[in-house]
Amino acid sequence: MIAWFRQHGRALAAAVAKVRAQPMTSALSALVIGIALALPAGGYALLSNLSGIAQRTSIEPQLSLFMSTEAKAAETEALGKRLRADPRLAAVRFVPRNEALAALRRTGALAEVFAALEHNPLPDAFVLRPRDAAPDALDALAGEYRRLPGIAHAQIDSDWARRLAALIRLARSGIFLLGALLGIGLVAVTFNTIRMQILTQREEIEVAKLLGATDGFIRRPFFYLGVVQGLAGSVVALSIVSLSLAVLDRAVQSLAATYDASFQLSHLAPADAAAVAALAGFLGWLGACLSVSIYLRQIEPS
Amino acid sequence: MIGFSSVAKRYPGGLEVLRDVSFSIGAGELVFVTGHSGAGKTTLFKLIAAIERATSGTVLVNGQNVGALKRTAIPYLRRNLGLVFQDQKLLYDRSVFENVMLPLAFSDFSVREAARRARAALDKVELLARERARPIQLSGGEQQRLAIARAVVNRPAILIADEPTANLDAASAERIIELFLSFNQVGVTVLIATHDERLVARLGRRTLRLEQGRLAEDIAGAAR
Repeated sequence: MIAWFRQHGRALAAAVAKVRAQPMTSALSALVIGIALALPAGGYALLSNLSGIAQRTSIEPQLSLFMSTEAKAAETEALGKRLRADPRLAAVRFVPRNEALAALRRTGALAEVFAALEHNPLPDAFVLRPRDAAPDALDALAGEYRRLPGIAHAQIDSDWARRLAALIRLARSGIFLLGALLGIGLVAVTFNTIRMQILTQREEIEVAKLLGATDGFIRRPFFYLGVVQGLAGSVVALSIVSLSLAVLDRAVQSLAATYDASFQLSHLAPADAAAVAALAGFLGWLGACLSVSIYLRQIEPS
Repeated sequence: MIGFSSVAKRYPGGLEVLRDVSFSIGAGELVFVTGHSGAGKTTLFKLIAAIERATSGTVLVNGQNVGALKRTAIPYLRRNLGLVFQDQKLLYDRSVFENVMLPLAFSDFSVREAARRARAALDKVELLARERARPIQLSGGEQQRLAIARAVVNRPAILIADEPTANLDAASAERIIELFLSFNQVGVTVLIATHDERLVARLGRRTLRLEQGRLAEDIAGAAR
């Protein structure tokens, strides 16, 4: 067991020594790997932020019925009774026109416009939550209510939120595919770097093999080199993502302020950052593994 | 210790370098392998060290059928052999000491023990004072001694040298041969390939003479 640790310790030391012996090459490799990793990692971070918005927004399908401004109170009351008795609806909420105006006046963006109005232009409204969320059922319900007396307009409210959620799902798939492609790229970069390293040490490897070195002994320092490169690349990637989010955050905050809202981009969670580092280390190891294995197979006795 | 039974080696393209070679070498023997260039001496050594595999026949080393060894077992076979290559295969970007340390790097010795063994091997070949030098700074004879030190540092039971005195002056060649004799005296089985007929005749040891890939003669030492 001591010998096993000793061999691994020597291999790790050899890998670190190789990195230190070629600082420029190692830095460039880390930069290439870092940029390749930063794209999916940054995309993931942005999507996580967007998902947060989507989750805070209800995507339960809602149907809003706006009464005509000329509708009489009795008409509105009768409709309310009818809606509450409808078994297809899970919930019915009445929003009186005065309450709607008060709510709008509380939102800063249009407060001045609404304050200047001499009379309330808003109609009474009913916000309905249908039991069946299927788009066809919602459309049918909206069409039916639109024909009722006193109703000026029927609107399905949650469409945008559902579209946003669908877009996030689509973007997540895109990020996954991009990540997979760039992951293959990362393996190729490591493969090539290790290949170059092998070529510079070809003589030493061949002599060591002739003198009794096992494949494991030959492979080990290159495996560690692959992992070290992957980890160095992940540090670069996480730094790029962090810096980019910091820059974007200012712009997003400025944009949110124009809507009288506040929103702050959150950085990658420690668990996500650790996952990026672990993945980079694994892909570095994989690239090294492929590179050394192919080389060792080439120098096998015939 | 080493046994060849009807061994043939044919390279892709049809070149046959060894044909129906059979012999056996016991523990503690010192045997010369002679023959002209291209006779098959180097190939014979490569088959013993599993650097190449025989096309047919059986090669036994320490009771192991080399041709049947799994890839993973070959390094352990080689660790029990001391190999001195015709082109020495020294690492010229490493020091003398680091060259001798190389076979110890994949053994289980601690750094301290490995260094002690490496220095003992360098002392044996009288190169300890030059341990920090690069091989390129050594003379031809010194480079050959360095190759021998690296071959014996793991204290192998079998020492194989391919043309160890080629391109050396008489004094250096004599020193190299004395080293092999000293290892043989302590029980190491030694196999030396050479085309120096005078050297072979002078020492009067068992000699395997190869001719166009065939074992033309197996001359016992006592008969000379």
